[in-house]
Parts: sequence; structure tokens; C-alpha cells
Amino acid sequence: MLAAIGAPSLGALFESIPARFRLSRALELPAAASEYEILSELGELAARNENAEARAWFLGAGVHHHYVPSAVDALVSRAEFYTSYTPYQPEISQGTLQAIFEWQTMMCGLTGLEVSNASLYDGASASAEAVLMALRISKRRKVAVSAALHPHYRTVLETYLGALDFELVTLPRGDDGRTQLRALDAETACVLVQQPNFVGCIEDLRALASAAHAHGALLVTSVAEALSLALLAAPGECGADIVCGEAQSFGVPMGFGGPHLGFLASRMAHVRQMPGRLVGETVDADGQRGYVLTLSTREQHIRRERATSNICTNQGLCLMMATIFLALHGKQGLRALAQRNFEKAEYAKARLREAGLTLPFAAPSFNEFAVRLRAPAHEVLAAARAQGIVAGFDLAKFAPELGDALLVCVTETAAKAAIDRLVAVLAGARA
Amino acid sequence: MSRNATRGFSYEEDLLFERSRPGRCGVDLPRNDVPALDARALLGELARSELPGLPELSEIDVVRHFTRLSTWNAAVDLGLYPLGSCTMKYNPKLNERVARLAGFAAAHPLSPAEETQGLLALFWQLERCLAEISGMDRVTLQPAAGAQGELAGIMMIRAYHARRGERRTKVLVPDSAHGTNPASAALNGYQVVSVPSGDDGILHPDAVAAVMSEDVAGLMITNPNTLGIFETHLAEICEIVHAKGGLVYGDGANLNALVGVARPGDLGIDVLHFNLHKTFSTPHGGGGPGAGPVGVKAALAPHLPLPVVERAADGSHYWNHDLPHSIGRLHGNHGNVGMLVRAYAYIRALGPDGLERATELAVLNANYLLARLRGAYHVPFAKPVLHECVVTDRSLAETGVTTLDVAKRLIDHGYHPPTVYFPLIVSGALMIEPTESESKEGLDRFADALLEIADEAHKDPELVRGAPHHTRRRRLDETRAARKPVLRWQPGS
Repeated sequence: MLAAIGAPSLGALFESIPARFRLSRALELPAAASEYEILSELGELAARNENAEARAWFLGAGVHHHYVPSAVDALVSRAEFYTSYTPYQPEISQGTLQAIFEWQTMMCGLTGLEVSNASLYDGASASAEAVLMALRISKRRKVAVSAALHPHYRTVLETYLGALDFELVTLPRGDDGRTQLRALDAETACVLVQQPNFVGCIEDLRALASAAHAHGALLVTSVAEALSLALLAAPGECGADIVCGEAQSFGVPMGFGGPHLGFLASRMAHVRQMPGRLVGETVDADGQRGYVLTLSTREQHIRRERATSNICTNQGLCLMMATIFLALHGKQGLRALAQRNFEKAEYAKARLREAGLTLPFAAPSFNEFAVRLRAPAHEVLAAARAQGIVAGFDLAKFAPELGDALLVCVTETAAKAAIDRLVAVLAGARA
Repeated sequence: MSRNATRGFSYEEDLLFERSRPGRCGVDLPRNDVPALDARALLGELARSELPGLPELSEIDVVRHFTRLSTWNAAVDLGLYPLGSCTMKYNPKLNERVARLAGFAAAHPLSPAEETQGLLALFWQLERCLAEISGMDRVTLQPAAGAQGELAGIMMIRAYHARRGERRTKVLVPDSAHGTNPASAALNGYQVVSVPSGDDGILHPDAVAAVMSEDVAGLMITNPNTLGIFETHLAEICEIVHAKGGLVYGDGANLNALVGVARPGDLGIDVLHFNLHKTFSTPHGGGGPGAGPVGVKAALAPHLPLPVVERAADGSHYWNHDLPHSIGRLHGNHGNVGMLVRAYAYIRALGPDGLERATELAVLNANYLLARLRGAYHVPFAKPVLHECVVTDRSLAETGVTTLDVAKRLIDHGYHPPTVYFPLIVSGALMIEPTESESKEGLDRFADALLEIADEAHKDPELVRGAPHHTRRRRLDETRAARKPVLRWQPGS
């Protein structure tokens, strides 16, 4: 090969790198390990993390423990899916393209909107992108954000908006746990609320939408628990203009927080302001139906600094997992799964109330809710861990006015017996 | 021939919604052990009555549907995938296995540090590896892809200037750069100033000096650049930018040309993003998830995204949230952790010698392909290349065959086409990156295919212009898709 190139040595191929910049030593990294050694080493690291397969799990707060049917991983393990890239060449990427088109269709149905993109990084960045989109559409400069938005979504939004000349105002959380509308005016570009919100309460989106629209603002609804879309009124039908969020619950492992799957849906009127990839239907030279990436004049590889977003690589394989998950569950299965989550959480709430604990918010919930404790939260969490229970999320920082309180998430994975043990630990703890 | 199969076991496949039959379902839920409730009665208007848009299918329907769809894709495991600047190298199977270990896959990002010490140790070790490889001091693993890494990097540059009381307004970007560079700068509120490349394909100090001023926050540069050419004047260019108080951002898309051979941090780069899905073998997933960690020099470390992993004196690890000058959080959690696990397994498998060897072979392969193609295809620049090469369709001008036609004809030969019409500064570019994964025989077969296509272009141009001929879909009408967008299936459509 070197002879064909006309180079005397491998080293000669690097002569364009000035000698003073060439590394004259070996990298200081651990020596190469065999497959078996790596499996052992990483197996040891893995064993040092608590995980939902080995505990009774009630921790959610934006990342949810749901059962993933076996077919999901079997199918995404097809190398044709996971060792391909962005479908730039549609003739040899119809598998990926058709699946994205199916995802877009299902997300339109779930959100109650007309167009969905082909994923963003995660729920937090999807929410930030949705706000940027609303700012482009409205050409206004004020963003009203619910105090009951996931705190990480809020900080990511602040990071994304940091360089730009916009004003963030916070809409307070009322005593019932829901967002209160205040401070909207003719400068407000959008209202951003989470549904259900971070403390688990289901917002009245219809009221929020009509208030936002009365000021000419858009309603952006962020959904951190996508499964709720199967039980709750479709945000788009309630008047939300952009629905974004996190679809990890659709078959994507918790994975210490990623990779997950941001989504964003909107109305066709705003499609040219959407961030991210879109797949559209077309025909080939023989008139046969096929799919292509489309409306790419919004995107960075065409529009460069005037693009709607800088996103390029997104979360393709997570989208594939979610599409398969939704196809397996279908209309009945997804509804039943959402219903089961609701029933399990309602059972837990009823038992906690019976045990004398206070649920501070009156607004209804889906599969997550706040509960007030009678002992310091960190002590209760430690006592639960000692019994193999990960009991929830300590709300001390997010809602200090509640005193000691936990956010508890109850999914279909929680057996009644596990819920009963949770209730016993939470109720048994007294200061 | 039936509509089922185009050729033997080659299946047509309807949409999920067209396959749907009322009453089917592909899952079963565990027996309900809590009281059943009427959610709609309890939630009233807050509940939905219908669930439109979802199909009804049995498990085998779904399995066949997606298995059939998968057979419509090209993939690295099927063959050479020479997409320039995307580094479509082999994705080791071991990495898939370790990423699925329950201690990683079923861990929760809000579990306390003391309950997730294995993951924090992995984060710390991967950070140390990436810092050593790049010559940077600290690395954030949080960005979910290269473009989010760019965003983070430019934010840190902005924060650095802001802390010094400076409000700079411009960022310099060479005209050969990826589109994500100017887009990331614009998201930071910067005005983008394009810097022309020289006739030899690289950036020249005088071109940078001409536009460098105290209004410029920094320069974004890809090295080797998108032509595969090492930016030989980079050190001098960095000095020009630094002299006026600017910083240099390195786009690490092409780091596969340098690992173990040269370190961006030694060249004067202040901030660099890695694409773990390129250089470090994590799979591309049909368009992600990737991962875009960012390395910085110590001067920028105070601005890293929150939180950062630290190692305590006792050897344990913890999250440090106390970084008052941080740009803040970029990701809802800790980034695309599954990709971090895979990349770490790759670095452990190759070790320092293997990583250097991979770089050498990637560069050897690109140069070998270029040597084989020279003559049949126009080579726009005389400079030596590293891990990828760019050729053009200029040598085919008289035949009427274009780069797009060559790309589509390659499909008939069983190859995913290279990146085409990029970089924008080269007319009709075919940007070819074979990676180290390919053998000499594999490269020869690919080169033979490209030479045969050049020959076909002269002898039978219509054959090439009508390609692909053997795919289940022929050229697709992208204009129609954009003019009247159909972005979802609707009943009766």
C-alpha cells in the first residue's frame, strides 16, 4: 500500500504535521485489555451502582422506570439500524426513514398536533428549543416559565438563552400545586409549563392556553413523562401550540440519564421554524412511495448561521426504540399501561393517606406525587434504602416550603407488596 | 410477481397503520394487583377519550415490520460506509454488551453519588483518558452530540470573555467548516465572520490576521480540515488569535487522524469537542445518539457545565456543583451515558499503542484510496491528506455525469456513497473516509467500483445518471417532498 502511495513509511504520511507538534511519546493510558478483562472491569464498575432491577423503585423526577418488552432491544440490535447513520442517501435508508415517519405520525396523535420532528437530545434541550422556536415565531422577548417546571429543564433553558436578549419571568406555583398565571403582557412570547408538572400535578392546559392566547402568546407544554399522553387530554387539543418533552418512558432505559429522546411537535403553520430533522413522504423515479429527509433549508448544513437550530446528530436509535415500543403497545396497550400507572399511584396515595401522611397538593396526578414526611427526608431515604427501596426524590431544594417531602413515582413495575413496604417505611419514620 | 417481495426474500412493507387490525396488541401487562379505577371519571376533562395515531398489531407483526425495514438500510456491518467526516468505523460488539449491564442501563441519574460510585469512577477515568489524548486539562462529558459540544464550547468562550469584562461580538469560521460551527456561534449571539481558505485548501495566517480584532471572541477550526488536510499554519494562527485576546475552538470531528500522533492542546487549541460516535467507535444509530464531550484548557475550566466529577482524597468520586462561573447545565441529566460506557470500553480495548495504530491505518487507508483514484477523478488540492480525501467530478465534466450520479451508482455496486458536495469550497466534492476498519482487499474493491463508474461515465453516461438501478427505491423526488410536505400518515391518505 505504501508503494502505491509512494511513501517510504507510515510515518512519512504524517509529515504534514510539523515535527515539533508530533507526539514523541506514547499516550499515558492504561495498556490494552482483552474482551474478557474489559467485561470484568466494567462489570465491577456496574456492580457499584444501585439500579432499578435490583431494588423496589419509586424514584422518577423526569427519568422513569418502565418495563421494556423484549422485542424492543432485539429489534434495535439489528445492525442495519444501529450501525447506519443519518439517512442522507434515501435509496438505502428507507428503513430508518419509514420508522421516523411512523414516529412522527404517532407523536402527532399523542400530542394532538400536526407535525412532529425526528427527535432532539432530551426533554430539557427540547424545551429550550421549543422556547427558541416560540421566540422566533412571536418576535417577542419575554418568556413566562412555570415554577413547577423540572429544575434541570429550567437551568438548561437559562443556559440556552444565556447569550440572547430575552427576559425570563417565573409563574408561581399555587397551593394546589398548579401553575398560576400572572405577569403576562403584550411582550410575552410564550408560556412554558410542564404537564404533569414537576411535583406531579396535572395542569389545566385549557385555561393556560386561553390566558396565553389572550395576550397573543404561545403555550409551550413540556411533557417529562410521555406515558401521561396516553391518559391525559392531548395538549394540542387543549390549545398548546408547541408540545415538547422527553420520551424516555417509551422503551428507552434510564441509563443514568441518557441517551434519552427529546421530542417536539407543533402546528403545520409553524413547521418552518421547527428545529431538527423532518421526514416526508414522496415518490421515486418509478412512482413508488418512499421517504426522505425534508424541509432541510431550516437546518445548519444548508442555512449555517441562520439555521433554526445547530442540531445535526440527534437520538435516532432511541427514536427507533420508542417507535417499536409504541407499535407493540398500540392503541389498547398504551392506554392500559397509562391506566395501570395511574391506578398504582392512586393506590399508593390512598395507602399513604390512610397511614396518616399528608399529600400537600390537591390537584390530580398521573403516576407521581408529593408526600410530606414526619422525619428528615434524607433519613427516610436511607431507612428505605436499607430495605432495598429507592423511595423517591427529596424535594428539599425544589420546594423547601413543604418541609420534609418526597416526590414518589409509582409505575407499572411496582407490585402492590412493594408499594405496601414503601408506605410502611414512609409512615413509620418519625422525628 | 407478488407485491410481497421485489426479488426473492426482499420485502415490501406497508406502514404500521396500514398493517393495523382492530383488537390486536403486542404486549401483555402483569395482572393488576391494585383496585381498578375509572380514570376518566376521576379526571374528567383532564383525561382524553381517544388515542388516535396508534396502530393495533401483534408482537410478530411488529417484529416482522421492523426486521423488514432494517433490510432496507445500508450499515457498517454490511459493508464499507465511507462517509467523509463521519468516521463510520466498526462498532465493537463488546461495547453493546457492557452498555447493557444493569448497573449502567438501569441506574438513575438522581441516585446519590455514594450509590453510583462505579459510574462516577468511569466518568472520571474517561475524562482523564480524553484529556490525555487531546492535551486538554479538563473534559465535560455532558454534551449529547458534537453540535451540543460546540454550543457548550462557544458558551465557555463567551463566559471567559464576560468574566474579564469583555463583550466581544464576532466569531471567525473558515469557509470549509461544518454548518454546525456557524450555527453554534449564532446561537451564542455572535456575528459569524467567514474566513476564506487559501488556494492550497488550508487556512493562512494573513487571512486570519486580516479579520482578527479585539471584537473577535475566537476562531473555530477543524483540524485536519474537511479536506483531510492538516492545517500546517495552525500554531501561527493560534498565536494571532491569542495575541488579540481571542480563543481557539477546535472541532474534533476529524480527531481520528490525530489520536496518539499529535494533540490539539499542544497545537494551541483552547477548547475541543470530541465526537465519541466518530473517533471512539460508538455506533451512529441511524442518526444518533452520539456524544460530544468537550475538553478545555485550565483557563476555561471555571466555566465547565454543571456538575463536574471530582475525585476525593480517599479515592471516591463526587459531583461538584460549586462552580460559580459555570455556563450552567446543558443536558437534563449527565449526557448520553451509554455512549460514554462504550467509548471507555473502546479506549480500554485499544490502549495507547492500539489507538496510535488505528490512526496510522486510517491515514494509510485514505492515502491508498486517493492514490488509486487519482487520474480517474480530479484531485483538487496537491497537499497530502490524513484520514480522508476529497476528489471531484471535474474529470467527468464532458460526460455530463455529476458527483450525485457517481454517488448513486456506487449504491448499485453495494457501497454507501461518500459525503457529497461538502466541503462547500470544492465544486462537486466526494469526501471519502474509509477509516482504519477496512482491509486492503476491501479498499481495492471499493476503488475498483469508483474506477469502473468513471469508465461507465465515459462509455454509457445514462447508465450512471439513472442510478441506482438495483435498490428497492430509485431516486426519490426531494423537491416534491419539500414543496407539499406530507409529514405524517392520515387515514384515507
